[in-house]
Amino acid sequence: MSGGTRLENANPVIFQRSGERLLTAADEDEDVQDPIDDREIFDLIRSINDPEHPLSLEELNVVEQIRVKVNDTESTVGIEFTPTIPHCSMATLIGLSIKVKLLRSLPDRFKIDVHITPGTHASEEAVNKQLADKERVAAALENSSLLEVVNQCLTARSI
Amino acid sequence: MKEGLTLLHRLNGHPDSRCWFVSWSPTGTLLASCGGDKAVRIWGREGDSWVCKSVLEDGHQRTVRKVAWSPCGNYLASASFDATTCIWKKKNDGFESLTVLEGHENEVKCVAWAPSGNLLATCSRDKSVWVWEVDEEDDYECVTVVNSHTQDVKHVVWHPTQELLASASYDNNICIYKEEDDDWECRATLQGHTSTVWSLAFDAAGQRLASCSDDRTVKIWKEYPSESGNDLSWKCVCTLSGYHGRTVYDIVWCRLTGALATACGDDAVRVFKEDETANPDQPVFSLAAQATKAHNQDVNCVAWNPKEAGLLASCSDDGDIAIWRFQQED
Repeated sequence: MSGGTRLENANPVIFQRSGERLLTAADEDEDVQDPIDDREIFDLIRSINDPEHPLSLEELNVVEQIRVKVNDTESTVGIEFTPTIPHCSMATLIGLSIKVKLLRSLPDRFKIDVHITPGTHASEEAVNKQLADKERVAAALENSSLLEVVNQCLTARSI
Repeated sequence: MKEGLTLLHRLNGHPDSRCWFVSWSPTGTLLASCGGDKAVRIWGREGDSWVCKSVLEDGHQRTVRKVAWSPCGNYLASASFDATTCIWKKKNDGFESLTVLEGHENEVKCVAWAPSGNLLATCSRDKSVWVWEVDEEDDYECVTVVNSHTQDVKHVVWHPTQELLASASYDNNICIYKEEDDDWECRATLQGHTSTVWSLAFDAAGQRLASCSDDRTVKIWKEYPSESGNDLSWKCVCTLSGYHGRTVYDIVWCRLTGALATACGDDAVRVFKEDETANPDQPVFSLAAQATKAHNQDVNCVAWNPKEAGLLASCSDDGDIAIWRFQQED
């Protein structure tokens, strides 16, 4: 993030946002146990802001519902995200924002794995390793300036 | 008697934060814990329960990642993300901060005392391992900085009897250091893990080293007489794979019983025993006991009590400390 004047990806392709989740009768029935599903996880992360554009990760197609895998009984969540360009220097920050959003929103029992969609980034392996290292994630989140940037990505925009 | 892990106590060690590490005092009577709340807590047994004897606050500005007791039990070192290592001295009933070791560029990940108590090693995300010398006046001086790793250094551990140091790193390798003409040098690099090596443990005799990794395996390394003269020769003689569901964050080898315990990101604590009839060049370890839901979240550390055989402490991201009894078949 040098200078901040020149955008890395100046003209991103913009995708349409998905509609609201359709509620069924079972969803409203308090006696039916609803496990956390892919759409619910997707709803948590789709409106995260891109660090560079006034657009959401969904609008940039960085996150898609088909790349969310949740298993409520096993308490696992796997997210693949697709950087807009293969050399995107924000990839780690975007991944970190997704991870922090889910850490804050989900019950503690969940194991959250955030990865780059295979084949979509030049430093895929290094970024994945860093995001999976909870010690480095913990240290990063103690860095107040970084935390501020992450919180900005996680602040809901008024549309 | 039946083999197994029985939960004896569960302590809410570091409420609302992670508990990163626990360490027994050399006499096995005190347990030090540290965590994301920047504090170190000292636990002791009172009757049938464990209570917090003191809280060491104000030593660090950020997470305390690991703690280590000096071999005499009078000093405690704490390694912190604030880039410093604090030395605490036991005084009357509590502890007072004696000195702060500075120099690392960023997070200090681990600290360990040599068996003599005269040397201390620290390692950091700045990729370096530092060796400090302690004199009679409680003065600490850095005698060497070794940069053998290419990434974040996660753990350092001393040989049980010799002045031999081992380190584990995010670069997937393990390095072994020895002093040569007042200079500490990396004399062996152990390659084999395919991801971050999180922790290391020597066996009681110091002839073998166990390592655990993000690649979900445990490896046993054995020292062999050197063929080329100067360099040390360590070979991987055993790999335990298929037991751990996620990253293995810690490993510890009991000096009293030879049992190997692991702390895993799948919330489990496991204990392995060696088949003593196997060929020493091809050792065989089998799972003797496991607590699959030892904690509600990742298990970060396991520690065998140095005096009471089979007493094991563990701690977790959920902030809890658990004390277990490992029972062996007679």
